[in-house]
Amino acid sequence: MLKQLKHLTKKDWIFALIIAAFVVCDVYCELRIPEYMQQIVITIKSGGTVNDILANGAKMLMFAVFAILSVIIAKFFSSRVAIGLGKKLRSKIYNKVIDFSDAEIKKFSTSSLINRTTNDVVQVQSIVAMGLTLLVKAPVMAVMAIIKIVNTNLAWTLATAIAVGMIFITLLIITFVAIPKFKKIQTLTDNLNKITRENLTGTRVVRAFNAEDYQQSKFEKANEEITDNHLFISKTMSLIDPTMTIVMNGLPLAVYIIGAILIYNAGMFEKLSILANMTVFGSYSIQVIMSFIALIMIFMQLPRAQVSARRINEVLETKSTIEDGKGTDKPIKTGEIQFVNVGFKYPEAEEYVLHDINFKVKQGEVVAFIGSTGSGKSTLINLVPRIYDATEGQVIVDGVNVKDYTVEQLNDKIGYISQKAILFSGTVKSNVTMGLKNGEKPTDEDVKNALDIAQAKFVYKLDGGVEARIDQGGKNVSGGQKQRISIARALARKPEILIFDDSFSALDYKTDKALREALKTKAEGTTCLIVAQRIGTIKNADKIIVLDKGAVVGEGKHDELMKNCSIYKEIALSQLSKEELKNA
Amino acid sequence: MPRMNNKFPANFGKPQNTKKAIARLFKYLKVFMPLIIISTILIIANTVFRIIGPNQLAKLTTILEKSVPQFSNGILVSPGTPFEISRVWEIAGILIVLYAFGAVFSYIANVMIAKVCFKASQKLRTDISNKINNLPLKKLDRTPHGDILSTVINDVDLVGQTLHHSVSTLVGSIVLFFGSLFMMFITNWLMALAAICTTLLGFSVMLIIIKNSQKYFIRQQRQLGELNGVIEESYSGQTVIKTYNAKEEFKEKFEKLNEQLYVSGWKSQFISGTMNPVMNFVGNLSYVVVCIIGSILFIKGEIGFGVITAFMIYVRLFTNPLNQISQAMTSIQSAAAASERIFDFLDEDELEDESHKNVNIPEIKGNVDIENVKFGYLKDKEIIHNFSAKIKAGQKVAIVGPTGAGKTTIVNLLMRFYDANDGDIKIDGISIYDMKRSQVRDIFAMVLQDTWLFEGTIRENLIYNKENVTTEMLDEACKACGLDHFIKTLPNGYDTVLSDETSVSVGQKQLLTIARAMIQNAPMLILDEATSNVDTRTEETIQIAMDKLTENRTSFVIAHRLSTIKNADKILVLKDGDVIESGNHKELIKKNGFYAELYNSQFSLEGSAVIE
Repeated sequence: MLKQLKHLTKKDWIFALIIAAFVVCDVYCELRIPEYMQQIVITIKSGGTVNDILANGAKMLMFAVFAILSVIIAKFFSSRVAIGLGKKLRSKIYNKVIDFSDAEIKKFSTSSLINRTTNDVVQVQSIVAMGLTLLVKAPVMAVMAIIKIVNTNLAWTLATAIAVGMIFITLLIITFVAIPKFKKIQTLTDNLNKITRENLTGTRVVRAFNAEDYQQSKFEKANEEITDNHLFISKTMSLIDPTMTIVMNGLPLAVYIIGAILIYNAGMFEKLSILANMTVFGSYSIQVIMSFIALIMIFMQLPRAQVSARRINEVLETKSTIEDGKGTDKPIKTGEIQFVNVGFKYPEAEEYVLHDINFKVKQGEVVAFIGSTGSGKSTLINLVPRIYDATEGQVIVDGVNVKDYTVEQLNDKIGYISQKAILFSGTVKSNVTMGLKNGEKPTDEDVKNALDIAQAKFVYKLDGGVEARIDQGGKNVSGGQKQRISIARALARKPEILIFDDSFSALDYKTDKALREALKTKAEGTTCLIVAQRIGTIKNADKIIVLDKGAVVGEGKHDELMKNCSIYKEIALSQLSKEELKNA
Repeated sequence: MPRMNNKFPANFGKPQNTKKAIARLFKYLKVFMPLIIISTILIIANTVFRIIGPNQLAKLTTILEKSVPQFSNGILVSPGTPFEISRVWEIAGILIVLYAFGAVFSYIANVMIAKVCFKASQKLRTDISNKINNLPLKKLDRTPHGDILSTVINDVDLVGQTLHHSVSTLVGSIVLFFGSLFMMFITNWLMALAAICTTLLGFSVMLIIIKNSQKYFIRQQRQLGELNGVIEESYSGQTVIKTYNAKEEFKEKFEKLNEQLYVSGWKSQFISGTMNPVMNFVGNLSYVVVCIIGSILFIKGEIGFGVITAFMIYVRLFTNPLNQISQAMTSIQSAAAASERIFDFLDEDELEDESHKNVNIPEIKGNVDIENVKFGYLKDKEIIHNFSAKIKAGQKVAIVGPTGAGKTTIVNLLMRFYDANDGDIKIDGISIYDMKRSQVRDIFAMVLQDTWLFEGTIRENLIYNKENVTTEMLDEACKACGLDHFIKTLPNGYDTVLSDETSVSVGQKQLLTIARAMIQNAPMLILDEATSNVDTRTEETIQIAMDKLTENRTSFVIAHRLSTIKNADKILVLKDGDVIESGNHKELIKKNGFYAELYNSQFSLEGSAVIE
């Protein structure tokens, strides 16, 4: 939690000092008010006039006004500091996450990162907002009020101490009994959520298997569990109300009873001062108790905020495993790629996903990678744009190790199309021209060109054409359409190297074919790396690299591989009949 | 009881009709009425005790004050009236009894109300979950899952918590408000009037602030939503943003929204933060007014000293409920909006009741007659125009065609996920519309492209709700699907829990769903793109398994890869909702029509271009 405070600037600390000053001012004013009540009591018992009373009343009023003004000023600054801290934290996390590599994103999971950026920041922000004023106010109030009462009478002070003790013990018990159950709520809610989601995503399966009751009984169990947990908590928490009532009413009563005994036993001339003291003591003792309650409340909320703070820190302290290279000043643009003894394993994994990969791709060549699920073909091409870094060996692009480029330099060479097409809210155009700087922003002509090659002519029929709206996540276009727009996005960059990570699978065969033809004629000279499942997609590639269990088991053209690579042959045969292959 | 939530107003949804929603909710709570009534009585009793308290204290103070000698300009006017200490104990005794009973009553009432609220929440959740299973897919397919999830989790939670916190406060507060008003007036009407005036003054100021600040809250809520949208999409598309060097672009977008949120955020925080102090000020103000007027009246001899002390407490008792009532009202508003959403969902039309249908189904042979079926998801948009087909028992029927031709729709109709607008489907001569939905579904085993498995062990997933499945049957199915090796490599075999952490590939998941269908052992089979998630080599394994599965069973196969359905007995070629060709593979190729074109484009063999 304290670590978050280092994000506060000097200005924030000055504000914090101002806040503290005004809080002290507020406390001082609030504690002055009952004093005048004391004066009034003495006045009326000593035959004072209405004017005397009004004079005291006016002072009371004045302090009340000062108090509220101080609070408003303190709140003004504290909300700026707290919400400002939230803003800074959010911004830091966002910037951090955007720089993360795939490994870190996977480690945290996207939904958890989103949660950390939104909800956790709000948690920290609200405890700071509250803490900035209350954390100062409560102790100051307690100390100042205690100073005021401690000299009046020992018995009264003792009564107050007992009341504070009672509250403290009750809350302590509650904390120990209820907090673990509080923590459980989240898990139980997640569980309920999971089962419902399961039921929703699997509706067809559930109904096909007539398993509605099966699902429902699962839900019931989770539902029962969370209800029991809630009931247990509320039984414990219900203790707070009655305890408060007893203390808040009992304390004044105790003060009066003690007062009565004191007055009863006092001499005639002491009685008045005891009566006056008694009246104000009631007010002060309640103030003391209230400030203790406020303090305890903060401490009860603290664990939750602390969890959030820790989750935020985890993100901020994580270093991206992909570090920016120094950069190179000789910008050769050819599009040559070379893998030298490349091996790869996921961090903390034992087995290598890829080992001893060697091959070379010349400018303008089309190289395809094929292999069964889990053969490592996607991982392999992900090493070029440094989505992962090779564990061993070197990946060389245009004669330079990819790790030596700045990430930006490297990305400028590459047009990468992922398996799952991702679009962002905006327009078709904003998606296609994404990431291109002002100087290199393509003309409308270029955008059209890219869309044409990507077989995304459907765009012109959309409402607004290239300026048509794309919803968050591209929800308003179909999967195939998304993929075509994302291919256009890669083409609009006019890269040296195009990387298709199984991006053809989402297209139907006709589009697949038309796209390949268009690429051949319109994007000549661009090096292409293709991961594919269909033999048809890659059959005519310049070079096909066959992978099996992370190793290259075949390299060459289709015909050669049909002759000398059994695994390739197996894949091909599973898709085509013998005659069809012979005819080719 | 403190509710640990964040400072952002949880819900700004405005209910359409608060009264109606609340009335509906209370109807729902009917079963709990005895508990509600008892707890209300207890709360009222406790509140009455709290109101009597100051009155007794006033008596005590008056006695004490009278015993203090009165001076005037330093001259003793009266020496004071001594009191009996037993009188003090008498009053104290009454108060102690009142407070003790009050505390016990309040505890019992709190626990009872909590029970009502959480049990009601539980019931609501159960009803919603049941509803999900009884809604037609027509409705379910069109409702975003997020909406339903948020109803089950958030809306129910909001309603439950609000009822829990607000209702008891509301009852207590209202009684406290009127009770202390009453006591103030009977004690001294002039002071009562003064106290009320100052309080109302304070409150009107507060209402003005609230009214003018509402816009900041709404703006903050909206901007928070927008910012979350940007965060969500940049995190899920982070690889793309990075590889396209678009980081700066997105950072700019984010920072702009973040700054906007900061401005509306600190303003709302500031306003909500000053609410309590302002309330406190109103309290102080009334306190001062009561002190002054009370003292003046005392000097004039119109009231006893105790009245002042009593009033100082009454003023607090009087202002607090006002604050609490207004807070409870806002949260009840949002709870009303939430309960409206809940009841809207619960009021959705359910699947037609079929309990009257009792057709006896003899052992299924598997003849299927599809007769002139017409269907559209939307009324005015027909997708299937006039679909007819006769399928003999044991045949393997493939349905092919381009995307959007209506292939999956056929599955929806066969399984009665949707009902046809016109026409009929008969299995062994019995219309599926004469059967119960569950009977229809018992006839089919189904494997979908969507590899749906739930979090649980592999065994649970494979057996699902089938009874009397032995391990031998599991072994057999898994062997047939080529899963036996995979399951052996798992640490706990069949009892390995499938969760997000277990690394099971999509292909393996698909195999598990096929094994699950095998274990069901239904007389007929539907495979909808069941192999599109696996590579072609694995597919061969599955193909063998599926051929075994389709043996002697009427089966419907939808496939992307035409190679997988070449051995079908009958291929139905669907285009724009019509069967345009049918026959077996050889016949259709010979025909050289749409199927042949589709088939050839898949392999693009003859000199067709591949990137070179």
